[in-house]
Amino acid sequence: MSRHLVVIGHGMVGHRLVQALRARDAGDAWRITVLAEEDRPAYDRVALSSYVDDWDAGRLQLDGAEFSDDPRVDLRLGAPVVEIDRAARAVRTVTGHVLGYDALVLATGSAPFVPPVPGRDLPGCFTYRTIEDLDAIRAAARGHTTGVVVGGGLLGLEATNVLRGLGLRGHVIELAPRLMPLQVDEGGGALLRRTIEGMGLEVHCGVSVTEVVRHEDGLLLRLSDDTTVHTGLLVFSAGIRPRDELFRVAGLTVAERGGVLVDETCRTSDPAVWAAGECASFEGRAYGLVAPGYAMAETVADRLLGGDATFSMPDMSTKLKLLGVDVASFGDAHGVTPGALEVVHNDPVSGVYKKLVVSDDAGTLLGGVLVGDASAYGSLRPLVGRALPADPGSLIAPAGGAPALGVDALPGDAQVCSCHAVTKNAIEEAVGAGCRDIPALKGCTKAGTGCGSCVPLLKQVLVSCGVEQSKALCEHFDHSRAELFEILRVTGIRTFSALLARHGRGRGCDICKPTVASILASLGSGHVLDGEQAALQDTNDHFLANLQRNGTYSVVPRIPGGEITPEKLLVIAEVARDFALYTKITGGQRIDLFGATVDQLPLIWRRLVDAGFESGHAYGKALRTVKSCVGEAWCRYGVQDSVGLAIELELRYRGLRAPHKIKAAVSGCARECAEARSKDIGVIATENGWNLYVGGNGGFTPRHADLLVSDVDKRSLLTLIDRFLMFYVRTADRLQRTSVWVESLEGGLDHLREVIVEDSLGICGELERAMAAHVDSYADEWRGVLEDPVKLARFTSFVNAPGAPDPTITFRTERGQRVPVPLGVPEVRT
Amino acid sequence: MTTSEAPRLTWLRICPEARLWPERGSAALLPDGGQVALFRTTDGAVHAVGNLDPCTGAAVLSRGILGDRAGRPVVISPMLKHTFDLSTGECVDDPLVAIPVYPARVVDGVIEVAVEEMSGR
Ligand code: SRM
Ligand SMILES: Cc1cc2nc3c(=O)[nH]c(=O)nc-3n(C[C@H](O)[C@H](O)[C@H](O)COP(=O)(O)OP(=O)(O)OC[C@H]3O[C@@H](n4cnc5c(N)ncnc54)[C@H](O)[C@@H]3O)c2cc1C
Ligand code: SF4
Ligand code: FES
Repeated sequence: MSRHLVVIGHGMVGHRLVQALRARDAGDAWRITVLAEEDRPAYDRVALSSYVDDWDAGRLQLDGAEFSDDPRVDLRLGAPVVEIDRAARAVRTVTGHVLGYDALVLATGSAPFVPPVPGRDLPGCFTYRTIEDLDAIRAAARGHTTGVVVGGGLLGLEATNVLRGLGLRGHVIELAPRLMPLQVDEGGGALLRRTIEGMGLEVHCGVSVTEVVRHEDGLLLRLSDDTTVHTGLLVFSAGIRPRDELFRVAGLTVAERGGVLVDETCRTSDPAVWAAGECASFEGRAYGLVAPGYAMAETVADRLLGGDATFSMPDMSTKLKLLGVDVASFGDAHGVTPGALEVVHNDPVSGVYKKLVVSDDAGTLLGGVLVGDASAYGSLRPLVGRALPADPGSLIAPAGGAPALGVDALPGDAQVCSCHAVTKNAIEEAVGAGCRDIPALKGCTKAGTGCGSCVPLLKQVLVSCGVEQSKALCEHFDHSRAELFEILRVTGIRTFSALLARHGRGRGCDICKPTVASILASLGSGHVLDGEQAALQDTNDHFLANLQRNGTYSVVPRIPGGEITPEKLLVIAEVARDFALYTKITGGQRIDLFGATVDQLPLIWRRLVDAGFESGHAYGKALRTVKSCVGEAWCRYGVQDSVGLAIELELRYRGLRAPHKIKAAVSGCARECAEARSKDIGVIATENGWNLYVGGNGGFTPRHADLLVSDVDKRSLLTLIDRFLMFYVRTADRLQRTSVWVESLEGGLDHLREVIVEDSLGICGELERAMAAHVDSYADEWRGVLEDPVKLARFTSFVNAPGAPDPTITFRTERGQRVPVPLGVPEVRT
Repeated sequence: MTTSEAPRLTWLRICPEARLWPERGSAALLPDGGQVALFRTTDGAVHAVGNLDPCTGAAVLSRGILGDRAGRPVVISPMLKHTFDLSTGECVDDPLVAIPVYPARVVDGVIEVAVEEMSGR
């Protein structure tokens, strides 16, 4: 006969407990009833803030949360427990159902703490814990411009970011003298504050809200420093309190600071009752993070099946990205261990603060705080409590100076994944047992499926175990992009179908088709919409415009070097006005027109092409812009004609398709106003000629370009850039920017210099010829569409109703221009 | 949930088959304002599925790239690259998400798509 387990609460931890128990309970010893207060199955509360990305609650639901194929689990939604009768071993739900149990697990989580401020219940005041909270905040945000969050901790900052995303100007009010007082120290908090203020958010530290009153159509907050803030809405995020009311009434022992007391087996003071997650207190302390909750859930599941697992003081390390700023803290972040020493690297200019806490002999790592650049977190955290592999100062030195702390520096029992407590040994075992890639490792060890910050380390383990990461482009080709390039170049094959038939398998996909399309374009195979090629293009290349979130497209005419006549500006302005396009100056020194439908694109381009504009290839993995500074003609410091050269470069390389986009810039002197060193190709004028830099980019991993040659004349400059670009186009991987490509070359920059400056491989002539062929065959892609009725016919909204407006596309007005109304939004519940 | 009565299908004439580009989609408007994405794959098969990408809400699936995942014919949404099985409508990356699949056929060179007859809802 199986016994009956009742679980109160279907949150993250309650769900984990049921999963863990079901996974191990081979003999079906337990039958489980889960009583949930919320109306929906367990969801990923940790990712709650991402709900605002698409307002799709379904996406947050946890795996297997409905137990639809498990008859031994009975999940009852909207059935909160209101009473526990320990003597009768039964619980009663709000609807009056009474259920007997053999064992009971409490997993009720916690509730947001709302400080007892007068006016805290007024309409417009919210908490931040559930999907319903976010729906309500969103509904209330409409029509307001300001939002205030009370609490500058982890959640408070997340909430502020959400308000920002809803278009509100955000304020954070924090009682402590610094932001994130629990995770970071004073130095880190100060840096965080500066960075966050730099984003236009108002930070008030060391003050509290004393009163909330209604004011006009919003709220007025009085602060303890006698200032006031007028706001549309208020979100309390001032900490959490374990939900232990029921347990107190039932006579279970509750810790002084809240939470039902559990021992290391996660049992409460009643042997038939267990607890896990935020509602439980271990050694007098409740934990507001999911990892300790999961560890408790695993302990309870094991114990319910007669195991002897124990729970111990958890690792409270965290790494997160708040408002785009990396923040991590691990181990003894505040240096409370007796004799602890702190080693600090503080660089307010680049916004990086790093601190390591080490033992008094500086030999053992105790903890640390990283703000602004947390890239070392993955390798430092597992070293806590262990001997330092190098001098602590050097470990947090600015990028470049720090020794690379690889996985090899870690002992086997070090935790690589802290979310799921997976050690390096366990991962190596899994690799030994046949896991050959990250998805396989995730599936069999769970490592990497929490916060994801250990994935780079997992890759390192794979490599150090000798598992070669496959070069295959996708399931249809075993070749790398460079190999396919060579096959196409040498064999003369010019169609995807022929390539697939001879060298691949299946029908292709969204990876190999655009890759082959790009190679064919680099090899000069006519217009991108010619014949079979059209079917290979990603939507941007297919409609020669950039897809936007509501299904409309943007239009970017080329403005070489950023130089434009007033007449041409007028044409852009008129086109934008006549088609009601949202208009914005881009970061690439040109103008982007947003909100065009597929059938409007040719009409818009007809007018632009007639006025002398051509495609700017903002949609292609191709040359984008060559930015310039004003240079010698006007600037009193300029030593060369930077605008003239930028235009020449842009016209020379326009239309060149590449593994990824290519950007360039030219500055007229060393002051570098064009930011050339952040580009794939950067040219900076000198008294004697030009300096050429290569391999820079902004984006996700910014990198400054490296000097390839200095003081060269224009002819040599063009020859070198020709060779550089063609060598890149032929040999880089799919979606590899030049920066990563240069670094991936064996021998790096020196090797590159040998190949393209000294011609060590004897291919320079060939590279130059290929570029010359490209320059000669360039034709404007948009003109090509307008001149060909067959290509024009592709720009149809509906085959059976050409010209009919797409009912899903609607606009609203913001700051005097049209912007899309967000899509796919479930109705807000009231 | 399932209902007891089998739904009745109405065949709608959409457009001449020749209007569909091989290996590329087209969108069509339905009488009720809904949209279907029509595809003709290299093997000549015609597929009709909902045009709305359920992961982003944008009506763009007709503009996705076609291909296969382990042999199943799929369309990849151009928005965030979610991949849908053209025969079952299932999202290959997320079993909880699916798009509607409509019966489609070619009659005398004209593409027809079947929709459920409007009930008195
Ligand atoms: C419009 C613009 C922002 C603006 O309003 O200023 C923009 C908009 C987009 N950028 Fe950008 N980027 C724009 C300048 C930049 C810059 C600044 C620059 O070029 O000086 C950068 C950093 C520099 C760099 O590229 O290294 C930049 C780094 C990115 C990245 C990250 C690349 C990386 O290597 O990490 C992406 C993502 C990608 O390409 O994969 C991206 C991707 C995009 C896409 C294409 C995203 C997408 O797929 O929808 C955006 C759509 C453009 C559109 O619909 O028209 N954008 N983007 C800028 C267009 C410049 C232009 O005239 O062409
Ligand atoms: C916005 C946000 C961001 C977060 N970010 C992180 C992060 O980055 N990292 C991290 O580690 N943690 C984070 N957390 C914390 C994490 O979500 C919690 O630690 C985790 O959800 C705790 O799980 P739990 O099951 O104990 O509680 P919960 O997930 O809250 O689940 C408890 C459930 O019990 C239900 N319940 C309560 N009382 C009853 C009753 N009487 N009867 C029936 N059901 C009841 C509740 O309705 C709830 O559904 C975040 C939390 C929030 C709100
Ligand atoms: S880079 Fe030099 S020349 Fe160009 S604008 Fe700046 S100071 Fe003037
Ligand atoms: S450390 Fe968070 S997923 Fe591994």
